[in-house]
Amino acid sequence: MGVATFFNPTRQTRVLPGFGLALGYTLVYLSLIVLIPLSAVFIKTATLSWGEFWAIISSPRVVATYKLSFGASLLAAAINTVFGLMLAWALVRYSFPGKRLIDALVDLPFALPTAVAGIALTALYAGNGWIGSLLAPLGIKVAFTPLGVLVALVFIGVPFVVRTVQPILEDLETELEEAAASLGANRLQTFTKVLLPTLLPALLTGFALAFARAVGEYGSVIFIAGNIPMVSEITPLIIITKLEQYDYAGATAVAVVMLVFSFLMLLAINLLQAWSAKRTGRNR
Amino acid sequence: MSIQVKEIHKQFGAFVALDQVSLDFPTGALTALLGPSGCGKTTLLRVIAGLETADSGRVILEGEDASDTHVRQRRVGFVFQHYALFRHMTVLENVAFGLRVKPRRERPDDAEIRRRVHRLLDLVQLDALAERFPSQLSGGQRQRVALARALAVEPRVLLLDEPFGALDAQVRKELRRWLRRLHDELQVTSIFVTHDQEEALEVADRVVLMNRGRVEQVDTPTEVYERPATPFVYGFLGAVNVFHGRIEGPHLRVGEATLPHEQTQVIHGAEAVAFSRPHELRIVTDPDTPHGVAAVVERVLTFGADVRVELDSLPGAALRGEPAHYEVVMPRAQVDALALTRGQRVRLVPSQIRVFPSQAA
Repeated sequence: MGVATFFNPTRQTRVLPGFGLALGYTLVYLSLIVLIPLSAVFIKTATLSWGEFWAIISSPRVVATYKLSFGASLLAAAINTVFGLMLAWALVRYSFPGKRLIDALVDLPFALPTAVAGIALTALYAGNGWIGSLLAPLGIKVAFTPLGVLVALVFIGVPFVVRTVQPILEDLETELEEAAASLGANRLQTFTKVLLPTLLPALLTGFALAFARAVGEYGSVIFIAGNIPMVSEITPLIIITKLEQYDYAGATAVAVVMLVFSFLMLLAINLLQAWSAKRTGRNR
Repeated sequence: MSIQVKEIHKQFGAFVALDQVSLDFPTGALTALLGPSGCGKTTLLRVIAGLETADSGRVILEGEDASDTHVRQRRVGFVFQHYALFRHMTVLENVAFGLRVKPRRERPDDAEIRRRVHRLLDLVQLDALAERFPSQLSGGQRQRVALARALAVEPRVLLLDEPFGALDAQVRKELRRWLRRLHDELQVTSIFVTHDQEEALEVADRVVLMNRGRVEQVDTPTEVYERPATPFVYGFLGAVNVFHGRIEGPHLRVGEATLPHEQTQVIHGAEAVAFSRPHELRIVTDPDTPHGVAAVVERVLTFGADVRVELDSLPGAALRGEPAHYEVVMPRAQVDALALTRGQRVRLVPSQIRVFPSQAA
């Protein structure tokens, strides 16, 4: 496409006007809100030499936070995928008293200030809290351990899977299940061979969203994590700590690692999602 | 393999979908369940398949009571109106599904599955498209895949729920003929549901007419068309002219007019409703004819080999407050001889008429 036609798309007949305006607005908006702040992270990091950069991002305490942040986020997203699917299934397929209320409750983690969620979870799961005091005799400690981080990340990720799977599940004809049953498939076969593959693209999208949210989560985690170095410290906290010590370059260096790593994981998940969507004919 | 249903009753809340339905579907025949929407035909099909449970009554497959068995165990092939193909599987995998989910002991090996699937795809003329996904096929092709998939498990009966309902007229017609040929080849006992009378009459060996959860008539296509058993069947199958009147001996009095009839089971003096097909009416231009309903020529539609004449009742002679509308079909030569003009007063004399007592209508 030549420059002239690119910027003068009126040559082609379009039903709706405003291609130029829409594209321009999109580019400016994305630049101001997303690209410029993110590139600032790289520019600030560039004030470091390679040696300094490597020393910061590979220090044992920082590496420990990567493991916790990404590990717990992946695990939380996986847990949310399984239970989010169950939740969405219950909401779509069954009718029970209070269904609309539960449907509304699903969105609460979206709306609640994360600090409130963090304090509430900490109060519940601390050794003297309602749930924590029940788990303590069993030798399970939740608050102030990596397990607490996981609980907080699961909490904030719930709506993502439910809300991405729900509309697909609503569109799914019960005829598919009836067809499978009439062909002799049992319930497990119907689920694994018919339903799950159909839902896979939506599940992957939900997984990616829940994962992305969990990696970036700060507010709810720092209360329940206890933030013990090498044990229950998350990467965003390291960044905040460095900022508080006026180590701006150090903070952006860690941020770059998070950014690149998150980007690669989301890219991989999206490619997987696009591939499976293509197989199910959803992109047509 | 025979299918019998005995006193099937099914209710959805206060709505009676099936009212003590008993039917016998002979082995190897292709039967159509025909009726307006909401008449219970799809519910009956689903009860036979085991996708729906009847409140009472029994489903007997091959002489054995299958009422309490799950759809998995009934070995019925079911074809859905909207195909219900598995969109993440290729055509080949869709058809192979029923074989692949068999328990390991009964499952054929992979080569055998492929051989059988290809034979079925040959049968439905889609072998070239085996590696495509359902989203890459046309509606008619998808329905043929759905049929091949249902046949793959060698079902004892084939049940089709409005199989051509979602297709356009051209494809429908083609698939109808094709289904008939396929059935002649396979001889599997089949039932298909349709609300399209032409489809039922054209394809089926036997037609079951249903209305409001009850069976109105069971017969061959010719019989149900030529000799409808009830006023409902008369009205539902094909165009028909309706006359409301009173029995007076060998005549039916319609307003000032009289129509001769030959029925004997109707009582003298009873209110009655009479039916006559468009080709069973004659137009008489002589106003002095003793019998026949007076009418005014409204339109003469002269395309095709037969001519359709549309007529209205006389303005004053409207019965029950509603003006009647009549339709006559006759060969072009006859119409030309009559030289009808718009607004001309004529009389309609039925050559064939069926009279039913009014309360049955």
